Amino acid sequence: MTDKLGDNRSEEIFEDFKGEYTREQAVVEANRCLYCADAPCVQACPTHIEIPQFIRKIATGNVKGSARTIFESNILGMSCARVCPVEVLCAGDCVYNHMGMPPIQIGKLQRFSTDHAFDAGWRFFEAGPDSGKSVGLIGAGPASLACAHELRREGHSVTIYEKRAEVGGLNTTGVAPYKMKADRSVEEAEWVLGIGGVEVKTGVTIGQDVTFEALENSHDALFLGAGLGADTAMRIPGEQLEGVHGAVAWIEKMKLAKVPASARTCVVVGGGNTAIDAVREAGGLGIRRVVMVYRGAQEKMSGYRHEWRAAQVEGAEAQWHALPVAFEGDGKVERVRCVKLDDAKKPIPGSEFVIDAELVLIAIGQSKLGEMLATLQGVELDRGRIVADEHGRTGRKGLFAGGDCKNGGKEVVNAAAEGKAAARAIHDYLMGGTNA
Amino acid sequence: MPDLFTNCGGITSPNPFWLASAPPANSGAQIQRAFDAGWGGAVWKTLGQPIQNVSSRFGATNVRGVQGAGFNNIELITDRSLEINFAEIYDTKKKYPKHAVVVSLMVETKQEWKDLIKRSIDAGADGLELNFGCPHGMCERGMGSAVGQEPRVNQEITSWAVEFSSVPVLVKLTPNVSDIVPHGLAAKRGGAHGVSLINTIKSIIGVDIDRYVLEPRVAQLSTNGGYCGSAVKPIALHMVAALAREPKFGLPISGIGGISNWRDAVEFLLLGSSSLQVCTEVMLRGYRVVEDMIDGLEEYMRTHGFERLDQMIGKAIPSFSEWGNLDLNYETVAKIDADKCIGCHLCVVACHDGAHQCIHPVKDGKTRVPVIDESECVGCNLCKIVCPVDDCITMVQVDNGFAPSTWNEHVTQGKPLRPKKGAH
Repeated sequence: MTDKLGDNRSEEIFEDFKGEYTREQAVVEANRCLYCADAPCVQACPTHIEIPQFIRKIATGNVKGSARTIFESNILGMSCARVCPVEVLCAGDCVYNHMGMPPIQIGKLQRFSTDHAFDAGWRFFEAGPDSGKSVGLIGAGPASLACAHELRREGHSVTIYEKRAEVGGLNTTGVAPYKMKADRSVEEAEWVLGIGGVEVKTGVTIGQDVTFEALENSHDALFLGAGLGADTAMRIPGEQLEGVHGAVAWIEKMKLAKVPASARTCVVVGGGNTAIDAVREAGGLGIRRVVMVYRGAQEKMSGYRHEWRAAQVEGAEAQWHALPVAFEGDGKVERVRCVKLDDAKKPIPGSEFVIDAELVLIAIGQSKLGEMLATLQGVELDRGRIVADEHGRTGRKGLFAGGDCKNGGKEVVNAAAEGKAAARAIHDYLMGGTNA
Repeated sequence: MPDLFTNCGGITSPNPFWLASAPPANSGAQIQRAFDAGWGGAVWKTLGQPIQNVSSRFGATNVRGVQGAGFNNIELITDRSLEINFAEIYDTKKKYPKHAVVVSLMVETKQEWKDLIKRSIDAGADGLELNFGCPHGMCERGMGSAVGQEPRVNQEITSWAVEFSSVPVLVKLTPNVSDIVPHGLAAKRGGAHGVSLINTIKSIIGVDIDRYVLEPRVAQLSTNGGYCGSAVKPIALHMVAALAREPKFGLPISGIGGISNWRDAVEFLLLGSSSLQVCTEVMLRGYRVVEDMIDGLEEYMRTHGFERLDQMIGKAIPSFSEWGNLDLNYETVAKIDADKCIGCHLCVVACHDGAHQCIHPVKDGKTRVPVIDESECVGCNLCKIVCPVDDCITMVQVDNGFAPSTWNEHVTQGKPLRPKKGAH
């Protein structure tokens, strides 16, 4: 499937922000780990990887065992090693922080072991004996991949329906290329699906190419891991100008194909992690001036501090308490007209200003996909999110959900955890245990 | 300014730090560089009939990322000609008259001992060290530990050396014996002016697990070597102290065995060493380590009010007693400093799996500072040992109302013992 990705993709010029460890570096760092009991890092990981154990195995030279420990908890451990915001998860809770010392570089150590596993072609899990049950999974992103793998270990047959040509979901189309590139995500998806017995139908949109009811009829259970929808539009004048893009769509194009790189100035609208990613990516593509425009205060932005710090180091600028009111230009966008906002987010009269921008990326959120399911009996929505319990059980019999469509947009590691948890619940359901 | 002047059995040096007889003391050029770096003395790599060595020769024990926590070798005595060695001893002594140059010797016959002793003294040796210790190679030829393990042979050869020598004679003892004391006493009966200990411990440093061959590997074979380095320090301390506390012994001791820094040096001095010999740490880190040894020792002496080494030598010996004299009513419990605790729970798991199950996590999840059940804590120290934070866990004495009582006193005088803890 990797060959489906084009050559000469824009993302290819990016280098890893956090480099990979040599064996010596990994062993030195692994030996620094205190090997805590009931370790806080494990509790902070949504997939509860036994971090001290996998790190100890690196230190002893048991890299295969280390990788097994990681994948046992999280089959997407390779991509999570690269894309997890460890600063606010495992490493953020490392006890070394309380000693005023740098936390263990858990992400880099996990990358060391999992890259090793990929490079060596190690596989750790086999499909279970055929259960005679069939599960349909909607979406081929991290939640579905984790779910599919766990279901195959129990011997259930699995079909994945994906609207895109590529598998891997946001791991393929959305992860910042200085963390992971699309080909590595596709490679991971293929490795996960290598457990065998998973049929992947790409280019299939539910409700368009096949109805939801038809899927329900052809499977014993369904898992919804469809992610989020299109970028939210600002609905202001000039949004149709050339050079104005939804950030998620632009990032996808940058990763899977080529985006024009002639712009000298760029404005990114928003203050979340997609906005910061877009800022760093635009800068990385060589755009000299990149300005993030956020309507609130810096402290209020939802993007991670460590990410924004990195963006600043790379030269990004910001306008806080500011809101675009129009995109201006002659066919192509040339500038963004903004207004300053007060603490109540009300425009301040006479505060208008203009920022030159030949590229505008709008990162103010994505639509939720739930609307299409709202008509289904038993399915409950909360602001567009599918309501499901911690085991992914929705209110509709046989329908389970996980990942962004359930949690509203979190990390890959959350999707992996939710996909796996749902698989356990689906297994119970199929084997006559608890109902959905 | 504390005075580090050292006198070990009549061999004097500006400080107690001597290179042990080993690869770092193989040649005049090396020893002269060591003296320039600050070493007070050197025991020349053992002279005898020059041998042929194998390759490879060294192996190491690595512990959780620390390379060379233990070390071993299968190298033999000098492989350089005696003429060159004696010429270099002469040159070194001429250039460094105040430093101690001790010549280590290992030969077979009485005549050979006589010849080499004469030539050593003629070259300017300040003292001799009789190598009765090497546990590999030379012992197969009836020398080294083959001598040191046999008190009568030890005594006899020592008496030859003392007879032939006009300079002090130290006997280097092997630790490959069940009790060091008879061997020290044999050297004393032979007339030795002092002893050096420990030599290396008979060992297999490891196995090449892919080739199924011992390390260090010589083609498809290997042999036992001599173990040394930081890992052997506790064994060395015990043997040094066992002789130092022996009333019938009373000779000066040159302490050897895992001395890697000034703290180790202080421990050896407090247990009765009057000079200190170092090899492995120099092999791993170079002569420059002596700088920290010297100023660390000086600062320790200043802090503790010692002006001369003899004021501190053996100062901890009176605390070395028999188990039967320990106060069974002395009670300590562990205390955790909540402000220092980082919540790693290493004490929890260590106590739970390796001790008396008396340190518990707090269930409410609000804090990761564990709780110690003092009614169950036996005061074993394990939690304090595994804690990564300095002074976070301390062992605090508890007043249990019982007067001191040792096992011996309990048995002979019926003194009451406190109720046992953690014994249910």
